[in-house]
Amino acid sequence: MGLQDDRIHELENQARRVRADILKMTHDVGGAHKGHPGGALSAADVVTALYFHVMKVDPANPRDPDRDRFVLSKGHTCPVLYAALALRGYFDRSHYQKFRTVGGMLQGHPDMRKTPGVDMTAGSLGHGLAAGLGMAVAGRIDGKSYRTYVMLGDGECQEGLVWEAAMAAGHFRMASLTAIVDVNGLQSCFPVEETMKMDPLAAKWAAFGWNTVEIDGHDMAQILDSLAAAASTTDRPTVILARTVKGKGVSFMENNNEWHQKAPSDEEYRAALAELGLEGWT
Amino acid sequence: MSGTPLASTREAAGQAVLELARAGRDIVAVSADTSKSMFTTYIRDEFPSRFVDTGIAEQNMMMVAAGAAASGKIAFAATYSVFTSMRCCEQLRTFAAYPRLNVNVIAGIGGFSAGIEGPTHMAVEDLGIMRCIAGMTVLAPADAEATRRAVTAAADIDGPVYIRVGRDPSPVLFDVSYVFDVGRPNLLRQGTDVTLVAAGLMLSEALAAAELLGKSGVSCDVIDLHTINPITHPEVVLDSVKKTGVVVTVEDHNIIGGVGTVVADIVAGHGTYLFHRIGLHNTFGETGTPAELTERYGLDAGSISSAVQDLLKRH
Repeated sequence: MGLQDDRIHELENQARRVRADILKMTHDVGGAHKGHPGGALSAADVVTALYFHVMKVDPANPRDPDRDRFVLSKGHTCPVLYAALALRGYFDRSHYQKFRTVGGMLQGHPDMRKTPGVDMTAGSLGHGLAAGLGMAVAGRIDGKSYRTYVMLGDGECQEGLVWEAAMAAGHFRMASLTAIVDVNGLQSCFPVEETMKMDPLAAKWAAFGWNTVEIDGHDMAQILDSLAAAASTTDRPTVILARTVKGKGVSFMENNNEWHQKAPSDEEYRAALAELGLEGWT
Repeated sequence: MSGTPLASTREAAGQAVLELARAGRDIVAVSADTSKSMFTTYIRDEFPSRFVDTGIAEQNMMMVAAGAAASGKIAFAATYSVFTSMRCCEQLRTFAAYPRLNVNVIAGIGGFSAGIEGPTHMAVEDLGIMRCIAGMTVLAPADAEATRRAVTAAADIDGPVYIRVGRDPSPVLFDVSYVFDVGRPNLLRQGTDVTLVAAGLMLSEALAAAELLGKSGVSCDVIDLHTINPITHPEVVLDSVKKTGVVVTVEDHNIIGGVGTVVADIVAGHGTYLFHRIGLHNTFGETGTPAELTERYGLDAGSISSAVQDLLKRH
């Protein structure tokens, strides 16, 4: 076990806590407010890697002009972002109790004006990559070295604006921009493959001028390697196609699209925490 | 209007964006393959790093502007108003207005100024669409000087601004003494009988109509409604209408949502007045030169004057 293995183990444990908090906030606010646990759980390992290892950010100074940026373009899965931000120290976890609730700061989709650490308002699908490109443009004008990460869903790639932005980022050789597609294979109603086939996804991105990397999006070592590869690619943007499982980490949620938007019951919550090895998590 | 000096408002907008960059403001200008027609070539040529062309991809143009603004830039996105208001409607609403970002839109060839292109390129709904977005400042400057003021003001407004400009050179109405306070309508000419309210390139027709009416013994207040939203000083309009009792609005826009609606919103509940709206009555218009369309739809000075005379006969 080298230092890197220890670090990976730490990050895997952190990702379990992020998953537990996704379940906590969707459970605690209940069925009237719901939340989207499925796509949040599939994204949890990548988002954990970004906020706890890769991104240069300072929770005490969330508007630092030199910080790395993250745009959660698949904004409905914001529980994963809120959990990462809270556990990273941007705000207190007590805010979970008002997730999706009037007067709370954790809106149904990310709101950069209400939530410390949220770099861009997002949620209407297809918009985040273009916004991230604008952030990268601003950094290039200023000669800053910050990086911009955008996470999209695989179903989201059906939106035309994604490809307008992909075309432009490729054309501009915007190497400071990294897209991560959370390829969990399920969209709101049905599997992506049945609804509107996106494969061969890597070939599509490559055709738009992107460096493409395909990984197991739940393998922390592969996640870190791919993000390092993105940072060391200096002539074009990188897209990481992270193959994931919707609902990952909770057996009865995995690949079950009932959990696209749903609040776990008390019993389901307890069972899910047990599977994560975090019984009694509060 | 032979002999009247002319100047292009869209060129004035491009010059004003360049001047902001020259003044050291942290500008980024974004184009969707319209830099030559929107005169963002000025900033492109002098500050190439501050210019981005997304190609024929307006939604991406607006989102790049929003993303840059989220990273602290003063963004200007410039293309035709029919695209900025409709193809980019969601980008402006959800990603510029909702997060209150400094995204400024130069909306070109607005209203009848686009006439020869036909209705596909002629925005006659844009002011209404933009006006109902919370936090969106909507400006319709009447000439080149007013456009320079609007662009300069936009850079300092906390939140998005939509500025409708024209195409061909249009009459110069104002000099450097022009007062442009966002939100405060301008009472340009004072009379006793009728209040004429117009915005953008139709203001020159309203002013000419007031001249004609004056010769017939009808004296007009003429109000320059350069700000469509927000109206911070409604009393400028209200006091005038209370004085004259008759208000006529003039716009190269659907009468729903634009100048006529703004004035109706101001006067509603404040008394009983004779109220007439001149503009497009739920129609798309058609191809023609701006002068042809202005006459066909009753917005030229002669038609406005006749409409006012008819209205006063019924008064």
